[in-house]
Amino acid sequence: MFLKKTRKLETQIDEYLDLVIKGGLIFKLGIKCYLDNQNQEFEGHLKDLRKIEEAADDLRRNIEIKLYTHTLIPEARGDVLGLLESCDKALNITAETLLEFSVEIPRLLPELKHDFLEIADSSVSCLENTVSGIRSYFKNIDAVRDYVTKVQFYKKETNKIAERIKRTIFRTDHELSFKIHTRYFTFHIERIAEQSEDVCDRLSIAIIKRLE
Amino acid sequence: MILDVSVWFFISSGLFLGWSLGANHAVNVFGTAVVSKMVKFRTAAIISGIFVILGSVISGEGTTKTLTDLGSINAIAGSFSVALAVGISVTLMTRAKLPVSTSQAVIGGIIGWNIFTGSPTDYHSLSKILFSWVASPIIAAAFGFLFFKLIKNTILKWKIHLLELDSYTRIGLVIVGALASYSLGANNIANVMGMFASAPLFDDINLGNVLTISSVNQLFLLGGIAIAIGIFTYGDRVMETVGTDLYKISPITGFVVVLAEFIVLWLFTSQGLESFLLKNNLPALPLVPLSTTQAFIGAVIGVGLAKDPLSINFKVLGKIAAGWAIAPLSAGLITFISLFFIQNVFEQKIIHPVPYEISVSVIAKLNSENIPTEKINDLVSKRFVNKKVFRNELLQRYSFNNDQIFAIFNYALIDSFVVDSNLINKKLNHKIFSASQINQLKNMHNSAFSHKIDLEKAVFNNDSWKPTGNKLKDKEIEENKLLLENFFRVKNKTKHN
Repeated sequence: MFLKKTRKLETQIDEYLDLVIKGGLIFKLGIKCYLDNQNQEFEGHLKDLRKIEEAADDLRRNIEIKLYTHTLIPEARGDVLGLLESCDKALNITAETLLEFSVEIPRLLPELKHDFLEIADSSVSCLENTVSGIRSYFKNIDAVRDYVTKVQFYKKETNKIAERIKRTIFRTDHELSFKIHTRYFTFHIERIAEQSEDVCDRLSIAIIKRLE
Repeated sequence: MILDVSVWFFISSGLFLGWSLGANHAVNVFGTAVVSKMVKFRTAAIISGIFVILGSVISGEGTTKTLTDLGSINAIAGSFSVALAVGISVTLMTRAKLPVSTSQAVIGGIIGWNIFTGSPTDYHSLSKILFSWVASPIIAAAFGFLFFKLIKNTILKWKIHLLELDSYTRIGLVIVGALASYSLGANNIANVMGMFASAPLFDDINLGNVLTISSVNQLFLLGGIAIAIGIFTYGDRVMETVGTDLYKISPITGFVVVLAEFIVLWLFTSQGLESFLLKNNLPALPLVPLSTTQAFIGAVIGVGLAKDPLSINFKVLGKIAAGWAIAPLSAGLITFISLFFIQNVFEQKIIHPVPYEISVSVIAKLNSENIPTEKINDLVSKRFVNKKVFRNELLQRYSFNNDQIFAIFNYALIDSFVVDSNLINKKLNHKIFSASQINQLKNMHNSAFSHKIDLEKAVFNNDSWKPTGNKLKDKEIEENKLLLENFFRVKNKTKHN
């Protein structure tokens, strides 16, 4: 009986994290469609991702209000809100990046297609492991460390792929504006991993507090 | 209850002490819960107030006996002075930011009264109390350490969701807070009202011949209410000021600490546990009023050891040790000074005169305990009403040690007992005593005794009163003896002075 409210909130947090995972997967599909020139499918994925982002925003706000109005987890509330908000930022970056692909329609070299698929995959892996880390923060403290390590690993991999793309593009004879445009999109995808790492830094501190 | 103004005036110092105890000690039971915002102050104060009153009235007598054994303050002006002195000393120490312990200050106050009036101090009771002061923080630390390890491992193993854990912790904090409040009332009411317990102040209240509320129970109810008012009116301010550093610990740690504190208070308060241990021929812990602050700090240290042994602040330990010494000493000194003023300036009776007389039977009893009596034979049949004079007469003749003086005072005290068979038939609970014991008592109809030892010699002379070796049985025999002594005692009608 007394756990009814708590259980509902637990479900909402899980639903929110599910949305972040879904957002990452749609982002990956969107990039693949863009690289395969499947424009219609790409726009469909963008639309889905924007819906997910909006739904996640609403859900996050709802969770925050409940945490405050019911004065739940007073000690950990700040950490939890920080984690959810910074995780939301990562989801927003996925939606923003896909939108920029739609608006600016960057021309990407066919020889970089594999690298772009790889960097998108690696960045989303970062995000997925971050979400798993946050889930563990709530239930299975011991597992958080493993996910944080994975996020750090994938973030480094993302940086390596991004460097490889930039080195490749800047060694071609294309115009500088073209090179900078490619670098700009590489940077945007890389930002998902960077933001995920920021979330994990918060998570590492929050977990120390939980063990106190 | 009688509404004699002077009674209310005199017990006002006890009520003030109760208010101060409630204000200062609520932080030990609900401080962490309120400071960490897990429980609202209002909720905490209501729960704490109710349980403090229940604990005071239902289970307050166990520790009171230890205090009255230490010093039986039998005049209300004396009780007033001691309670006032303790209240002042606690307030002064709080202002000086020294860790305050009402329990320890009370002991100092009673010993101050003993010294001023020339009453011997029962070293046996005192040693029990001193033992509990050292043992309680250590036991609390051990429980804090164990519970923290256990709870941490359980949380990690059972993978409890943070939000569910929050709900469980909240409920846990309310439950242990309520239990600790009950124990606080039961354990500490002796500090607040114990010194008034020896002087009967109120008439017993009979509720339809079903329930009788004794004078002591009425006194404890008042004391409990005073503690509850202290919690309501000032508890939040203490929580805000004191509660920010030492008490700012995580809710789960707070739960562990209050749970350990409750168990320690309960161990030193529960008559049920005492009976259980004695029944199994195990040594029982003394029923002694404890310092909740020290039990709390002990538990915090235990949890600190479980988390990181290097995190222990030895300055805090030093302060606790300083508190042990300073609280009783300052209270004792202030009591001595205030008794002097109350007696000599306000001309109030701080002790009810009790007559002493060394009889032949007293000499025989002392000889049986190897206490030298050759030099006090000339005092036989002389009556003393002043404790100091009696003590000086004894010490002039022989340098008795404290235990010997205590024994002489104990045996030489003039009391008045008459065995009345009508009273036995009408009022004595026949279920407690055997048929042979009742018959023996009836055969002694109209026998009168002026010394307790004479009554004991005449009444408790057959095998049914002898120790059996079973601790619980022996305790019951002792309690029955005490019951009979009180039953046959000719009561003094004077209520108070």
